[in-house]
Amino acid sequence: MKVHTGSQSTASQQATGKDAKLYQASQWQLIWWRFCKHRVAVISGVIIIFLYLVAAFAEFIAPYDPAAFSPLHAFVPPQQIRVVDSEGTLRRPFVYGLTRSRDPETARITYEPDTSIIMPLKFFVRGDEYKFWGLIRSDLHLFGIDAGPRDRVFIWGADRLGRDLFSRLVYATRVSLSIGLLGVILSFVFGIVIGGISGYYGGWIDNVIQRLIDFIRSIPTIPLWMGLAAALPVEWPPTRVYFLITLILSIIGWTGLARVVRGRFLALREEDFVTAARFVGASEARIIFRHMLPSFGSHIIAALTLAIPDMILAETSLSFLGLGLRSPVNSWGVLLQEAQNLSSVALAPWLLLPGVAVVVTILAFNFLGDGLRDAADPYGD
Amino acid sequence: MPPLLEVNHLKKYFPIKKGFWQRVVGHVKAVDDVSFTINKGETFGLVGESGSGKSTTARLILRGYGVTSGELLFHKADGTQVDITNLKKDELKALRRDIQMIFQDPFSSLNPRMTVLQIVGEPLEVHNIASGNDITKRVAALLTDVGLRPEIMNRYPHAFSGGQRQRISIARALALNPSFIAADEAVSALDVSVAAQNLNLLKDLQDEHDLTYLFITHDLSTVQHISDRLAVMYVGQLVEIAETETLFNNPLHPYTEALLSAVPRPDPDFASRKKRIVLRGDVADPSNPPSGCYFHPRCNYATDECKTQAPAFRKIQEGHWVRCHHAETLDLAGVA
Amino acid sequence: MRTSTPNADVANTDVAATTLEPLLEVTNLKTYFKVREGTVKSVDGVSFSINKGQTTAVVGESGCGKSITARSIMQLVPKPGKIVDGEILFHRYQDSPSTVVDIHQEDPNGSAMRRLRGNDIAMIFQEPMTSFSPVHSLSNQMYETLRNHKKVSRKDALELSIEALRRVNMPKPEQIAVSYPHQLSGGMRQRAMIAMALSCEPSLLIADEPTTALDVTTEAQILDLLRELRDRLGMAMMFITHNLGVVAEIAEHVQVMYLGKVVESAPVRQIFYDAKHPYTKSLLMSVPQLNHKVDRLATIQGSVPDPFSIPTGCPFHPRCPDAMPGVCDVKVPQPLQLTPEHQVSCHLYGDA
Repeated sequence: MKVHTGSQSTASQQATGKDAKLYQASQWQLIWWRFCKHRVAVISGVIIIFLYLVAAFAEFIAPYDPAAFSPLHAFVPPQQIRVVDSEGTLRRPFVYGLTRSRDPETARITYEPDTSIIMPLKFFVRGDEYKFWGLIRSDLHLFGIDAGPRDRVFIWGADRLGRDLFSRLVYATRVSLSIGLLGVILSFVFGIVIGGISGYYGGWIDNVIQRLIDFIRSIPTIPLWMGLAAALPVEWPPTRVYFLITLILSIIGWTGLARVVRGRFLALREEDFVTAARFVGASEARIIFRHMLPSFGSHIIAALTLAIPDMILAETSLSFLGLGLRSPVNSWGVLLQEAQNLSSVALAPWLLLPGVAVVVTILAFNFLGDGLRDAADPYGD
Repeated sequence: MPPLLEVNHLKKYFPIKKGFWQRVVGHVKAVDDVSFTINKGETFGLVGESGSGKSTTARLILRGYGVTSGELLFHKADGTQVDITNLKKDELKALRRDIQMIFQDPFSSLNPRMTVLQIVGEPLEVHNIASGNDITKRVAALLTDVGLRPEIMNRYPHAFSGGQRQRISIARALALNPSFIAADEAVSALDVSVAAQNLNLLKDLQDEHDLTYLFITHDLSTVQHISDRLAVMYVGQLVEIAETETLFNNPLHPYTEALLSAVPRPDPDFASRKKRIVLRGDVADPSNPPSGCYFHPRCNYATDECKTQAPAFRKIQEGHWVRCHHAETLDLAGVA
Repeated sequence: MRTSTPNADVANTDVAATTLEPLLEVTNLKTYFKVREGTVKSVDGVSFSINKGQTTAVVGESGCGKSITARSIMQLVPKPGKIVDGEILFHRYQDSPSTVVDIHQEDPNGSAMRRLRGNDIAMIFQEPMTSFSPVHSLSNQMYETLRNHKKVSRKDALELSIEALRRVNMPKPEQIAVSYPHQLSGGMRQRAMIAMALSCEPSLLIADEPTTALDVTTEAQILDLLRELRDRLGMAMMFITHNLGVVAEIAEHVQVMYLGKVVESAPVRQIFYDAKHPYTKSLLMSVPQLNHKVDRLATIQGSVPDPFSIPTGCPFHPRCPDAMPGVCDVKVPQPLQLTPEHQVSCHLYGDA
């Protein structure tokens, strides 16, 4: 049953202006138009771009050094940002100062807002010094309070050492998101090369590679990671551990992509337009690069997008289990590991915020990937 | 007319593989000892139902697959003769300038990611016939030839209807100025009025460009209008070859008779008058064909001989060949 | 109720059809698709009726709305399509006294509609594979269908499905009933689908291009079967096809559609031998004939226009050889009753 919509309709040769635009639209334009109709995917895309911006400008966005501790501020709950003070006058955003007291019975430390101290929030304040991307020295932060060195603002609370959770989360975003991206790029290289070989040559090569993939996929991932991660020497610097963890993740990750690439290759090899190109005398290279690769480029992008959340989750679980990254490197998994005991869940639930970040990111990636996958083949129906 | 393409004892067996080691457990005899000659300037029709091996035959001629055995002798314009089955890579590329193909499905045969200019210009580019602006000019001329306006060359295939896409496909086939075009069900996917337009176009192009066609179809009513001679295929084998008129009016093979009888005619009086031959069962499985004559399980005239003895492909009259034991004795009905 | 052979039907239609009771009456049916680019009026004011036991063919080129008309009757219009107007009256003669349902007023997913589908109206499609589930055997699938309409135990299901398969002349029905759809050839699948559709003995069978994907020899088998079943079960058929040869073989009455409108409607012989609408005439002329060869086939100039830019006036006027400027491109032709059974929408037959 055919329903005619503009893109597939029987077009008269005399096209009007709007039609002409549609008829001359390249596949990327068509994909973009279709993608834009997928509201949730567009919103997810915006969220992801926002998260990557946060990751890119972590030093600037975080008000404090993630490692800077302040024992006096252990387990400070998230501070409320207010615009109206206790007298009812409207002010620019501010937080109250804190009075620290100890419950005489339970010996628990509690914090109460002290309405007499008003600490206004300011943009572009000077604070802890940092080297942006390890290159540019600066001390400018997006926001903060202009106060003495012992006063701090914890919009999302502090951990047991009095470190600002928001700052730590911002830095962790950088690590977690980049591991996803880097891991996927590595998987993609493995996947496209091995999958391409498998799909293009077929026959026994294909058979061997497919069985290898079956084998790799059949290994339970957690024990494999445990084994590989345990092999990493403890004294290695955090950056090297970071790269090796990424590599370990992509050793598993490539198999899925290789399957996608191989499947597309096999399907396209039988397409009439590929046969037609062969029949006009086009070389194998031309057929692969002019006809086959552009035909599944969009599918690959969609598959990649859907693979990133797997990577992020894998890193999070590894680190959560204490097998992946370790302090002082911050990642969502590392942060969650620190929130791993019952007392923190009960007394300082804000320490679970990194979990929220993980959920939001994974969902956003999945919705974006779904949208891309649906839009990927503008000629599908 | 001198021969352009001689097909001699062409065979294509596809292996059936099973298991991890891809052991060959049998063969699909897609094309099984097919011989015919296509003369220069004629349209040779190849008719058969799905699975008869007619499309495979076309793809073998285009070297889409390697042959299992047999010869494909092509007479080039310069007087030389080549065997398509054993050409080297560069010889094959040179041959592509003489032999082209039009596909059945106007939607899958054009790369949706390329503009008409890129699609029709690709053969010119591949064979270094033209480049840059020259390609644009030539593509414009080719599009005019097939009845499309050159201005549409920057559009993508999704902008066109099935009939127009098929014309783009024809323009691509013409780009190298071939002498031979294999048209595989070239109008089968189109609506009648559009199919008629494209059939007329193919006829006009044949006269203008001195083309020889191999016209493959399952539709007997269209093939009659375009082809000079016809071959009927059944389960990988030719069962009858004759001039179109002869084959339609005086078929000698029971399968041909049944095919002709089965075509629904746009004529209610005829439909109510005629006694149609309805065949039993389905087309035989080419991986496991019946004994004797492949057609005998469905044939209304089959004798014991047909069940055991495979009939030879015999010449009954000049230009009329048939694969039936009883060709001389049967009195079969044509279309009249 | 008429009981006559198909051959006699063709000759007798002119006299017989007027006296028949209507089974399905469609009035001013409109089914539109609202998409980003605009509204596609797939079915735009179609009216017709099918009498009890009558076979009506709907012909037209792809995109003329013939399939959507059929699906509207079943309330199975794919999204974003919607029936926006019209009346679809179906007479249930097995109720006594007979009742009339307006299908358009029924909830597409309601129980009344489910009862209509299958029990009263069944549909078969071009590609039978899509209407079967690949993971269930045929008898299981037929059981599902039967169970919705009759009280059938699972024990009887196998026997009933074998019976149904035997009715469509399926070879070795016992063996076929327990097999899976992919194990059958195209023709056998089509037979199985017909068997399934007819298992509840509907009074109307809608066949949407049921033979288009089949080879000619198989097509002949299926057409024979449908004719035989129609005569034996006395059901009416709405046969959708683009193949005029098939129309000549099976139909008693023909409706020619173009761009969502019925342009001509008449008994089959009048369509083939005394067509009035220029589109019908052009269609007939562009069909290659087996028994007389012409040098050039007649064609219709141009192609079916874009569904978003339907021409003003008579939608066929840009391609019509007899178009009258100032009339055909301005005024939409109204259906004109030439004889009680022959209706045409064309200005050529207007006031003259």
